[in-house]
Amino acid sequence: MGGFRAAVITFPGSNCDRDMAVALEMISGTAPIRVWHGDADLPDRLDFIALPGGFSYGDYLRSGAMAANSPIMRAVKKAAERGVPVLGVCNGFQILTESGMLPGALMRNRGQTFICRTASLTVENNQTLFTSGYEAGAAIHIPVAHHDGNFFADEETLDRIEGDGRVAFRYNGACNGSQRDIAGVLNAAGNVLGMMPHPERAIDADHGGVDGKALFESAVNTFVGA
Amino acid sequence: MKVRVHVNLKPGVLDPQGRAVHHALEGLGFKGLEDVRIGRLVELDVADDTSDEVLDEMCRKLLANMVIENYKIEKPETV
Repeated sequence: MGGFRAAVITFPGSNCDRDMAVALEMISGTAPIRVWHGDADLPDRLDFIALPGGFSYGDYLRSGAMAANSPIMRAVKKAAERGVPVLGVCNGFQILTESGMLPGALMRNRGQTFICRTASLTVENNQTLFTSGYEAGAAIHIPVAHHDGNFFADEETLDRIEGDGRVAFRYNGACNGSQRDIAGVLNAAGNVLGMMPHPERAIDADHGGVDGKALFESAVNTFVGA
Repeated sequence: MKVRVHVNLKPGVLDPQGRAVHHALEGLGFKGLEDVRIGRLVELDVADDTSDEVLDEMCRKLLANMVIENYKIEKPETV
């Protein structure tokens, strides 16, 4: 068996790409390939793609709007259509909604302030390749650090994604004004997950908990089992 | 040709910035304020023969996020 072949995309202004790479290497045992946003192609035979947090293009126009149109995103979209798992965290989530790969939009936090704290989340759906390592309904603690994490979608879309089990994580209690306290959303096929909380920041007991580990373990185990 | 694109949040989408500015204006003593909505003005300088379809496409693909925003294109008066 070859190693877990993951790619971490770096956009100008990404600042969680290193943490994401460290988390993936710690859990999978293989260092991910680092990919620059201006590349037109992804490495072949990828098992996982991560869009990290940060402030790509200085959040110009709207958070994630510029990055969603960068050359590499065309390749990411195609890979996702082929079924490659794609995880977008924080700015990565914003890029996924802006590119239309996930429903909804991420608006300025309701309270106008940047929120930087550990959030309590509920695992709403543990039957996904990103969450199978969690107990259903488990309460987990993962850091959030964002200004634009206020998830918005119209009622019809919200009802549909809820009905299809596409809400992966929900905040326990109000966090940033998100509709129905949604913290993480899946695409219809279940291989693209966007979430505002940072699981890659919760993999080391010395750095505020390890509740993020199971997310990466789930993805790696899905790969091993395949 | 100078074209102005006004991008605003759709009705019904909560505007946290607008709400904060609303409160701030009331704090300054201004009365009778019903609502404040904040948008964005994008000024484009484009070739004179740029079609309305192309301008629409620019708005839908990038300038506005159609999930939460509407846009209005304002072209110079043709005399």
